[in-house]
Amino acid sequence: MSLFNVFDIAGSALNAQTIRLNTTASNLANSESVDGDPGKVYRARHPVFQTMMEAPDDSSDGEDAVAGVRVLGIVQSTTEPLKRYDPNNPVADKDGYVYMSNVNAIEEMTNMISANRSFATNVEAINTARDLLLKTIAMGH
Amino acid sequence: MFENVFGIHEPALLLQGQRLGVLANNMANADTPGYKARDIDFGAALASASGVDSGEAPLALARTSAAHLAPGAGEFAPGELKYRNPYQASLDGNTVEMAAEQAAFAENNVRYQASLGFINGRIAELQYAISGQ
Repeated sequence: MSLFNVFDIAGSALNAQTIRLNTTASNLANSESVDGDPGKVYRARHPVFQTMMEAPDDSSDGEDAVAGVRVLGIVQSTTEPLKRYDPNNPVADKDGYVYMSNVNAIEEMTNMISANRSFATNVEAINTARDLLLKTIAMGH
Repeated sequence: MFENVFGIHEPALLLQGQRLGVLANNMANADTPGYKARDIDFGAALASASGVDSGEAPLALARTSAAHLAPGAGEFAPGELKYRNPYQASLDGNTVEMAAEQAAFAENNVRYQASLGFINGRIAELQYAISGQ
C-alpha cells in the first residue's frame, strides 16, 4: 500500500535532514576553533545524501523502485585552514601561528535554512498521508 | 452485479495513492545531488488501469467456454514512472523543484479525497437501496 510507504520515505528524509542540522550545529559551534597543527584543526563536516535504491520485485512494477534518502557518509571540507599570527595563544606553533577552522558561516546558515524547509515539507507530507489514510479507513461510515 | 460498483474511482484511488508515494519520494530527495524527479502520467495510467486505452478498443481475450473467467477487472497495474522535465535544473543535477512538487502533492491530495468522496457516496447509495427506506 503506497500510502504507508510515505511514512518510510518522508521519515528517512526527516532523519537525513536532522543529521544535516546536527553537522551544521557542530560546524557553527566550532567556527572559531583554532589549533597549532593544520592537520588537527576542526574542518567543516557535510553529509552526503543518496537516494535509497531498492531492487524492484518486477521490472514493470515501478512502485518500490526508489524509496527515500539516506546519508551515505559525512565528508570533511578540504579547504585550507586560514593561518593567523597569534603568538600569545597557548596552542600556537613554534613560529607563533595558529590555524583557524575552515567553517564558512554563511554557507552553514544557508544550509540550515534549506534543512529547516526540507524538514517542514516532509512533516507536511506525513500529515497529509496520515489524513488520507484515516479517511480511507473510515470509508463507508 | 457488484463487480464494478465503484467504476473508475477504484483504480483512480489506487493510482493516486501510488502517486502520493512518488511525490513524497521526490520531496524526500530534494537535497540529493543527481536525483531526478519522477511522476506518473496519470491519464495514461488510469486509461490502462481501467482498460480504456485511448484510440483503439482493448483486445478482448477469447472465451471458448462459458466456464472461463471473464477478462477485464483484473489485478491493479501500477502506473509507469517517468522522469519530470525540470523548469530549471540545479547545478548538482537534481531536478526536484520544491514548489512544483508541493503543488502536485496538493493537487493529488484533493483528487484522492474526491475519489474517496465518490466511493463514499456510492456506498451510501447502495446502503440506502438495500435498506429500502
